[in-house]
Amino acid sequence: MSKVDGVAFANPSLQYRVWLKRERRGRITVRAMQLLVLLAFLVLWEVLPRAHIVNPLLTSYPSALWPTFVQLLKDTPQQASILSHTWATVLATVLGFTAAMMAGTAIAAALWWWSSLYKVLDPYLVVANAMPKTAFVPIFYIWLGATVSIYGMSLAISLFITILMIYSGFQGIDPNKIKLAQTFGASKRQILTKVVLPGSVPTFIAALKVNAGLSLVGVIVGEFQSASLGLGYLIQYGSQIFKMNIVMTAITILAVVSSLMYLAIAWLEAAVMRRR
Amino acid sequence: MSGLAIGGAAKVELRRVGLCYFGWEGETEALRDVSFSVAPGEFVAIIGQSGCGKSTLLSLISGILKPTDGAVLLDGKPIAGPNRKVGYMLQQDYLFEWRTILENAVLGAEIQGADMGKARERAAQLLTRYGLGRFLHYLPRQLSGGMRQRVALARTLCTEPDVVLLDEPFAALDSQTRLALADEVAEILRREGKTAILVTHDIGEAVSMAERVIVLSRRPGQLKSDHAIRFASANGGRPTPFAARNTPEFNQYFNTLWQELEVHVEG
Repeated sequence: MSKVDGVAFANPSLQYRVWLKRERRGRITVRAMQLLVLLAFLVLWEVLPRAHIVNPLLTSYPSALWPTFVQLLKDTPQQASILSHTWATVLATVLGFTAAMMAGTAIAAALWWWSSLYKVLDPYLVVANAMPKTAFVPIFYIWLGATVSIYGMSLAISLFITILMIYSGFQGIDPNKIKLAQTFGASKRQILTKVVLPGSVPTFIAALKVNAGLSLVGVIVGEFQSASLGLGYLIQYGSQIFKMNIVMTAITILAVVSSLMYLAIAWLEAAVMRRR
Repeated sequence: MSGLAIGGAAKVELRRVGLCYFGWEGETEALRDVSFSVAPGEFVAIIGQSGCGKSTLLSLISGILKPTDGAVLLDGKPIAGPNRKVGYMLQQDYLFEWRTILENAVLGAEIQGADMGKARERAAQLLTRYGLGRFLHYLPRQLSGGMRQRVALARTLCTEPDVVLLDEPFAALDSQTRLALADEVAEILRREGKTAILVTHDIGEAVSMAERVIVLSRRPGQLKSDHAIRFASANGGRPTPFAARNTPEFNQYFNTLWQELEVHVEG
């Protein structure tokens, strides 16, 4: 955040170089510790079942995951490769949080536009957000059928929190920025499109972060109930026939999918925030 | 009282204006029976304690508030809403952090649906004149407070208003930048022949910049007095705000106004 009159040092002083070196070493140490935690987890997971300290039937081993993955590529339940299962879950998740973002933004904008509508609906929104949406999984199955109920759960679980987050983002816009637009004679529509929406970009990013995780939860519990495709289905299937290899492989893929979604959002955030 | 003929060619005229704010806690009378008029090209300052309704007065003239009583006239016609002839500079720059300096400066033109090509050209000219030519495509956070407030001035003047309302436009700046920018702004507004209404609680700022100073009483704001500011020692010419601070008249006006304000503190 350098001001234009800030001065960059062409010849860093010795103290500055020492400081830089120490900071860099600090960063490297943090990264190394992070890797170490992961490694320790994997080693324990491998060693404890092999030493029969925990029952390998209950936990499987990390080293069993890759062979299971390769096997699941060709020979899988429901005649679908594990990639198709993964894709089904990812697609439902992305559709779910995209729909939640769009519907949530539209509803938040409507609540902003008609403030009396917000006053009326406020308690219902708060209660709807606090409700455990997973309680509706069986009902959604009956109402919407096997496939659509999964999309429905993915949307439902992230919709209300999106509405509340984005609405409160809209409320947080500096009223003086709105006053400024009004002094130029801005209409309500112009205030929305030129001040409130562009000013809420950080809120959108925050909502996206929350939603990506929530939608994934919605998809997995939806798949537990009704799917014949998807990682949630694989987990359910694997546990029913007591094949922990399948369960743990599916869960590991979920971890990878979550990490990739996190990276994608972090990249989007960096790209958007460079303009601020 | 300054000798401006009521009903003459006043640019802005307030006739017995009153304004109340309503809330659950009750109603607050912000202004009561305020009447004055401002001639074209005149630079008027309005001073008063904080909370005396100074900013409310500007909101009324800009048309974003409607008076509860009385009428506000622009060129002899009642003000119905925000008007292109009136530009408003707020206490802080309120630049949009997601827009570049140039995009910020053309905001008013964009909202008013003006010709954007011309607006960009004019904004770039103004910004260049204010020493910001190099920074057109910078983001607000890369600029210092004084530079940002100059962008805000360009944003106000880009829509070519006749009347410029200034609501303590230097309040957020450090004292050096404040004095320098007061000089610049006064010079720019005089050169362009704008009618200016400055609201401030800084007596020095009011006396050094304006040709007329109006004093408002404490809430509800009522017109207390109206002083013409003349600098005989500057050979009839109008000194710059900075130079004005070194004249003997400055101190006299300052003391008079200070006493008038002081009365309210005690009362």
